[in-house]
Amino acid sequence: MNWLTNTIGASVGKKLMMAITGLGFCCFLTIHLAGNLTIYGGKDFFNSYVDHLHSLGPLVTLAELGLLFFATLHILTGTLLFYQNFKARPIRYSVNKRAGGRTLGSATMPYTGFILLLFVIFHLLNLHFVDKTNTTTFQLLSSSFANPVYIFIYTFAVIIAAIHVSHGLWSAFQTLGVDHPKYTPFIRGLSIVFSVAIGIGFGFIPIYISLLI
Amino acid sequence: MTKNINITLKVWRQKGPNVKGGFETYHATNISTDMSFLEMVDVVNEQLTLDGKDPIAFDHDCREGICGMCGAVINGRSHGPEKGTTLCQLHMRHFSNGDTIVIEPWRAKAFPIVKDLVVDRSAFDQIILAGGYISVNTGGAPDANSIPIAQEIAELAMDAAACIGCGACVAACPNASAMLFTGAKISQLALLPQGKPEAANRALAMVNKMDELCFGNCSNERECEAECPKEISISNIARLNREFVKAGLVSVVK
Ligand code: HEM
Ligand code: SF4
Ligand code: FES
Repeated sequence: MNWLTNTIGASVGKKLMMAITGLGFCCFLTIHLAGNLTIYGGKDFFNSYVDHLHSLGPLVTLAELGLLFFATLHILTGTLLFYQNFKARPIRYSVNKRAGGRTLGSATMPYTGFILLLFVIFHLLNLHFVDKTNTTTFQLLSSSFANPVYIFIYTFAVIIAAIHVSHGLWSAFQTLGVDHPKYTPFIRGLSIVFSVAIGIGFGFIPIYISLLI
Repeated sequence: MTKNINITLKVWRQKGPNVKGGFETYHATNISTDMSFLEMVDVVNEQLTLDGKDPIAFDHDCREGICGMCGAVINGRSHGPEKGTTLCQLHMRHFSNGDTIVIEPWRAKAFPIVKDLVVDRSAFDQIILAGGYISVNTGGAPDANSIPIAQEIAELAMDAAACIGCGACVAACPNASAMLFTGAKISQLALLPQGKPEAANRALAMVNKMDELCFGNCSNERECEAECPKEISISNIARLNREFVKAGLVSVVK
């Protein structure tokens, strides 16, 4: 197993961990968004989607454990990379200027990532680890989004997620070595389209629900 | 058209590797816009020498953009604001009368400061020593062109081989990563048949050496590519990533 730990432990290997787990999250976000869009089909349609999802039972648990595992890897590796990168330049420049490579997304990866971690914890406490015996998920949502502070937190977090993946998606492909003059421009474009889709797709749900109330 | 300009310099001065440094202000007057940046520093240094002061130490050799010795961060930009130029090829016509120019050395843990603007880039040599070579038997020289190489591949290898090892990529990288340099060196050999036999060993050894020397981790910020005087593409970093994964996971090399 030495070869495996040596590969994963190297700088490029750690980046691979970030890329694979990050792409996993992007898949999760896509599925999560597709499910959440059922909200536009009305309260009953949405609740029946939630019931169908939960009826998958052990499969859902398996997916949750997978996500937890990926999240642990992503966060621990990300933190280690951030620390190492910080240490790689002990004396900073007094003048910093971009040459045109950096973007809002790329420059803020560790910070947007950390905010996402806080949000994920908040999100789970808000909607996952709650007693759902006498209520439907839709009721939980509408009571949350009756509060403008919740709308703000969710919308803000979604924008942060969009910024994170605007760099993350194409970066993951580059890290995996998927680069070709014919496809790379498409992947770069896809990152932007994906992040906008995530931003708009998730972003309007809290506002929409609050309007229904 | 030639003009003469006056500028203010804020230059990082540091007497030696482990002493505290700081910025000093100098006035460069009557500088011809035809001068190169280094010639401008020469003028300042001449005056400092006449005044009995220590001239500003900086690296340079060819002064024609091919050796890779020169380099400093000018107003936050490696090798100054012009694209695809080394510091020695930057001309004063890109500056205006009255400008203040901040000059800092490459900043990276792996490139310790020797003096003022001179940094020790021998970390790059160590990366090359780790695997940036091919092994050839001595004896009669092999026939030229005995191994056919497609034109496009030869071009890609030549593009990677244009790297002059100046270190601007490390200096410009927000993480002080050496992936563009190492990617270029791995690519120029991995692309060619002559480099294939040792490709797996090379990828592992060079990446491990790079890590050991405390360069940062690439986060695909693309600042290196934008600042590289030879405009080396980050496609070479993607190739490095592929070569490393192949070597680490599917080659028999440990
Ligand atoms: C939970 C909190 C999160 C933290 C703390 C976090 C942190 C980070 C950090 C620090 C990086 C940059 C690593 C580097 O380039 O050196 C990164 C990259 C990435 N993140 Fe996250 N992230 C989080 C959540 C997410 C989520 C929810 C997604 C999914 C959409 C995601 C997708 C990605 C992707 C695709 C990359 C790029 C991987 C690469 O550059 O190879 N992250 N993350
Ligand atoms: S890749 Fe470009 S910036 Fe980096 S050392 Fe080579 S020539 Fe200099
Ligand atoms: S002095 Fe040789 S490249 Fe600038």
